Amino acid sequence: MNTVDVKLPTDAVKDLLLKQHIKFIESYNSETNHYEYTMTEYLRISGIYWCVTAMDLMDSIDKLDREAIVGFVLDCQMECGAFRPCPGHDPHIICTLSAVQILITFDALNKMNIDACINYIISLQCKDGSFTGDSVNGEIDTRFTFCAVATLSLLNRLNDTINVDSAVEFIHLSSNFDGGFGVRPGSESHSGQVYCALGTLALLGRLSEIDADQLGWWLCERQLPSGGLNGRPQKLPDVCYSWWVLASLAIINRLHWISKNKLVEYILACQDMETGGFSDRPGDWPDPFHTLFGLAGLSLLGYNDGRSLAKVNPVYCMKESRLEDSGISIPTNYYS
Amino acid sequence: MSGSGSGDGEEFVGWEEKPKPYIFYKDRPEWSDVQPVPQNDGPNPVVCIAYTPKFQDVYDYFRAIVHRNERSSRALKLTEDAAILNPANYTVWAYRRSIINDLKSDLDEELKLSTKMVFEHPKNYQIWFHRMAIIDWLKDPGDELSFIASVLELDSKNYHAWQHRQWLIRKFNLWEGELEFVSSLIDRDIRNNSAWNQRYFVISNFKDINSTDIVESEVEYSLNKIRLTPNNESPWNYLRGILQSQCLYKNTSLRAALDTMVNNNICSPFLEEFRVDIIEEQLEDGIGNKDELLDVAKDILDNLSNTLDTIRVNYWNYRLKKINRQYSNAADVE
Repeated sequence: MNTVDVKLPTDAVKDLLLKQHIKFIESYNSETNHYEYTMTEYLRISGIYWCVTAMDLMDSIDKLDREAIVGFVLDCQMECGAFRPCPGHDPHIICTLSAVQILITFDALNKMNIDACINYIISLQCKDGSFTGDSVNGEIDTRFTFCAVATLSLLNRLNDTINVDSAVEFIHLSSNFDGGFGVRPGSESHSGQVYCALGTLALLGRLSEIDADQLGWWLCERQLPSGGLNGRPQKLPDVCYSWWVLASLAIINRLHWISKNKLVEYILACQDMETGGFSDRPGDWPDPFHTLFGLAGLSLLGYNDGRSLAKVNPVYCMKESRLEDSGISIPTNYYS
Repeated sequence: MSGSGSGDGEEFVGWEEKPKPYIFYKDRPEWSDVQPVPQNDGPNPVVCIAYTPKFQDVYDYFRAIVHRNERSSRALKLTEDAAILNPANYTVWAYRRSIINDLKSDLDEELKLSTKMVFEHPKNYQIWFHRMAIIDWLKDPGDELSFIASVLELDSKNYHAWQHRQWLIRKFNLWEGELEFVSSLIDRDIRNNSAWNQRYFVISNFKDINSTDIVESEVEYSLNKIRLTPNNESPWNYLRGILQSQCLYKNTSLRAALDTMVNNNICSPFLEEFRVDIIEEQLEDGIGNKDELLDVAKDILDNLSNTLDTIRVNYWNYRLKKINRQYSNAADVE
């Protein structure tokens, strides 16, 4: 069988340490002398999205400083309409999606310049349907397609903005012989990119164009004997793939193709008993990124019959009730 | 240790040269004309970030040159310091490129810096993107293929390296020899999924994937690797990919090979899955005895659910239900 995997420690955590995770996220925002915090400035606003959404899934968003966060996010919107990660950095489509997600969570969407944002996103689309990440560099990535489409969808402006057909065409070009999707045409299939491709197709109503059985099989093959999920064949499991892979399976209605119990076991084992938070795999350092995706994965799996965590939306990775409250239409049956 | 040590009167200076003392930008006379711009976290800082003094100093001056739109050689050096301090900062790299463009800087020198940074941060998006831009400007692949090979030597699955390689090959038409390169990597690690992906990349773009000869030889190649590692996902996926426009059950040599594996008691979920795929094809085309085929499929899928690949029991049950629903007369579903 697979030669690359981890062994769960015998004393692995078996329960969800909700209180510790809440403390972990709270303290992360107030850490000052934090080298890693400094070095991750270029993704600050995404970091805030991870923290905010994690708290929201734990129904603890009131513990965060709404005014400060909304103020920071709004301050990150540039004249061009896009958002930067932090003052002093250039805007990017990834930051733009994070910003919109945060503003919706705090019910402050009306405070941003929506039209400018939409125009920016439209300007990123290339002739072949792909999207660049920003208007300066020319980097193309199926992640950027997802960010563009998801942002427009959250702003309720998918119609009459981008060229949907060519966007879908580019997604198809990025599909591979194994049924998966890569960063660009030809690139190796990778779970993160599969999530982006499926999220895009789901939002554009074009899921029927893929072979869900083949892709579902590739996705459930990501599950290793330890119960954890990897991103591509012969790689180690990582808790963030509990999101990318799981959400992908949920989108194509095949969530049950992985072993729920074994995955729950793995995710819980990735918790840090001392500091709270989740790490990529048992024993490593926790961070907000893996904490969000560990919690989101558990939510999607219906951990504790949904009593511990709020229901997460598999396409947007946001609390589902938040989206409902904001009037964002959520298809209930993405793929039959 | 200096040479012979005793008796030659030479002063021992130790293992390394004494490092030159680092001078903050604010203390450099050649920068005295520039007013540094401190970090402005906006009116609503979510947190007050404490930087190291060196970091703060370099970035105060970086903000200053951006503010002044300065694109000089000293600015170029400054962006190097800023990039080294935080290589993920894409603003710094973008600005550096604009300086290089203006000054028409030495791109070969830039490539050397890029090489150093790739080895220090092999999974950094910005560094790889920057490298692509440099090579694009150079309009010459130079030794890039062997550079990428050396990066893959350290991590044979580095996603960025493989992507860069694909870009390079497409741009400069460097297909010749790539299949051999891929084969050597597969020889080294037969489970390297990235290498298998690259193989498909080459075959589908450079060779004629529809030619019978190519398909046959690639099928044979895959089966040879499968025989060595029957539980290795990659060659099975590759095999399926190569044969995706073909009729599996008509491929007699393929079926013979699979039968031999079965007879040799090879235990592999991928082998069993393939057998079910072939059966499904036959059922669809009405070939062979339907009931017999359904029985075999059921046996295989039950074995997978119960023994061989229990973690994916729900998937195998789905396959069984699907095959019965489509082809079985009896209401014998589960």
